[in-house]
Amino acid sequence: MEVTAELSYALNTFYFLVCGALVMWMAAGFAMLEAGLVRGKNTTEILTKNVVLFAVACTMYMVVGYDIMYGGGLFLDGLAGDGVTGAEEPAGYAPSADFFFQVVFVATAMSIVSGAVAERMKLFAFLIFAVVMTAFIYPMEGSWTWGGNDVFGLYNLGELGFLDFAGSGIVHMAGAAAGVAGVLTIGARKGKYSADGRVNAIPGANLPLATLGTFILWMGWFGFNGGSVLATATVGDANAVAVVFLNTNAAAAGGCIAALLVARLMFGKSDLTMALNGCLAGLVAITAGPDTPTPLQATLFGALGGALVVMSIVTLDKLKFDDPVGAISVHGVVGLLGLILVPFTNDGATMSGQIIGALTIFVWVFVVSMIVFKVVDMFIMKVRVSEEEEFEGSDLAECGMEAYPEFSSTR
Amino acid sequence: MKMVTAVIKPFKLDDVREALSTIGVQGITVSEVKGFGRQKGHTELYRGAEYVVDFLPKTKVEVAVSDELLDQTIEAISGAAQTGNIGDGKIFVTSLEQSIRIRTGETGVEAL
Repeated sequence: MEVTAELSYALNTFYFLVCGALVMWMAAGFAMLEAGLVRGKNTTEILTKNVVLFAVACTMYMVVGYDIMYGGGLFLDGLAGDGVTGAEEPAGYAPSADFFFQVVFVATAMSIVSGAVAERMKLFAFLIFAVVMTAFIYPMEGSWTWGGNDVFGLYNLGELGFLDFAGSGIVHMAGAAAGVAGVLTIGARKGKYSADGRVNAIPGANLPLATLGTFILWMGWFGFNGGSVLATATVGDANAVAVVFLNTNAAAAGGCIAALLVARLMFGKSDLTMALNGCLAGLVAITAGPDTPTPLQATLFGALGGALVVMSIVTLDKLKFDDPVGAISVHGVVGLLGLILVPFTNDGATMSGQIIGALTIFVWVFVVSMIVFKVVDMFIMKVRVSEEEEFEGSDLAECGMEAYPEFSSTR
Repeated sequence: MKMVTAVIKPFKLDDVREALSTIGVQGITVSEVKGFGRQKGHTELYRGAEYVVDFLPKTKVEVAVSDELLDQTIEAISGAAQTGNIGDGKIFVTSLEQSIRIRTGETGVEAL
């Protein structure tokens, strides 16, 4: 089968754009998942955060983020029709399609943060952080990994054998690292822990929405991992894409089953929210290397993620680390697992490279995020809503409208 | 005349209604209520953490009956609502001074 260069350019670009649109749809998944797992009185506010953070990510990555990560100039003015100005090789797909595909990943990383700090962080404090995260924090670590640049001129992660196919570490763990900084800054939701140290459950308001959100994320993930093959116009590329789709799906299934079984064994009840987190954990676990495992290995990697996420959520809860939707466990703990699993099926990656890469990403994102949150808290506005606002709900306090005004709620 | 107020498990309502019509009770009033008894609610698990359900959902059935029908009514309700497990509920009996059918103005047992 002969494919002309022009046709393959067109096909790759088309494929890239469709995958980018699928990843964009993951923003809807995060919004629904988070809206389902918070209380009814904080729904409007978390939806506002989700939609606005997406817009902020798109804007800031266009202004400066993409330039930091890959070059291409401020406001993308260096993006020429057939590649970045001055690049040695012509691109295999439209450079603006590359920007579009990359920008939705930034938004994904940022969406993870909103879940971890849900129900108690002020909207505008969060959005100020979103500006810094999407313009600077994420693009910097992205430039060291996918961008191929040295870390402050000290070492090069690629040369050390660091491999992260679609971003278990670069996107998911990075988002979780910022979430950790956020949670440490604002503390637990009121009522989550009793004075005697007991952990209290704060059940989510709408499990149908949380389930819908999980399905949307599962679907969007085909774009996330499948698109990261970056090409589809040859038999080899098409086969690689198909393997990635297959393995991504298999891992989600494995994660779901494992999480449900572990939750059932630990709690005696079939906790739906854990099964949902298990699907996502399976997806995060396979994201660092969906191209090399066999379908069975992919299922088992997903299952490892699913089992780990339940234990991680329970452990973080006991450590007084309040994460309403389990974002830090799903994306951080399992993101790290995903990175560590890569060398088992891919000779291109080394265990030391994966660990140094994970540490680099975590330390960078965590430390800078912590500084940003503290600076905002001290000099701009209190990051946490007041006790009274928290009690009446951030919907009324921040947005002036309720998500479900027909229902009254006492919790 | 007596007012019989029974607090029962919600899923037993149909059985109770059936039993009461069998003995000739002409009307009942039903409401959804919440409360607790000796067990003081119970605990549930959400993502591995416990939360206490202080008030359990129950169904309250109110029946106004003549004195002659009282024992049969109590028997019918206890028979139909009993499961033998905790939370089966309670029956309270109070005396009823007067009853009036609004449409016709009938009073007393006639109005039941």
